[in-house]
Amino acid sequence: MIRAAVATVLLAGGTAFIVIASIGVARMPDVFQRMHAATKAGGIGSSLVVLGVLVTGVARPMTGVLTILFMLLSLSVASQLLARAAYISGAPIEGLERGDPLAGVLDRTDIQAAERDGAPEESGVPAAAPAAPDRASDLVSSMRRIGPSE
Amino acid sequence: MTMLALPVVAPVLIAVLALSLALTAWRMLRGPGYANRFVALDMLTAVVVSIAALTALATGRGAFLDVGLGVALINFASTCAFAAFLERRRGGR
Repeated sequence: MIRAAVATVLLAGGTAFIVIASIGVARMPDVFQRMHAATKAGGIGSSLVVLGVLVTGVARPMTGVLTILFMLLSLSVASQLLARAAYISGAPIEGLERGDPLAGVLDRTDIQAAERDGAPEESGVPAAAPAAPDRASDLVSSMRRIGPSE
Repeated sequence: MTMLALPVVAPVLIAVLALSLALTAWRMLRGPGYANRFVALDMLTAVVVSIAALTALATGRGAFLDVGLGVALINFASTCAFAAFLERRRGGR
């Protein structure tokens, strides 16, 4: 009986976290704040729900423990990768007060310039053909920036 | 009645999670550019893992928890792949 009570509290708490996270995903103003809501609250929420199911003892505990561990480990890594890619691809940032601290660290596409030059996936072959070696050199330079250069 | 039965609680929570599925799907349909859609996909997977776990509780079949583990594994790989795609593409909003 006490086990069912603990499970109910965990399940309800996890569901509340997930609902709040999805409200954040729907309502936050830019990509990075949406990611902030989705990763932290979403990861905690689903971990709590899986933990609540484990407490009830309906399934083998190993699968649930693995799920929780894997989600706690992988969500942070995946969201870091995604945030880095969003920054590099020029996603707009709302509400910066003292400028961009990453301005000289990662090279960032200017979204207005990219739109002025024309969207590369719509214009087809003439835009894509000269862009290919440029993209490769960009990749090399961005990989070089990851390493201990300075 | 002092205590709610868990197989009754689980479908109610799944119905609540349907709301967050709808909000996230709205962001995925609307969100400007690829980055917002990838964030919405990440969130969608967290919701799906929870729904799989709650389904295991509602039906009494523990195998649904394995579904959640599989979805979590696929989510990690797909998010890494999408991040690499977005980083090379340059110009997604």
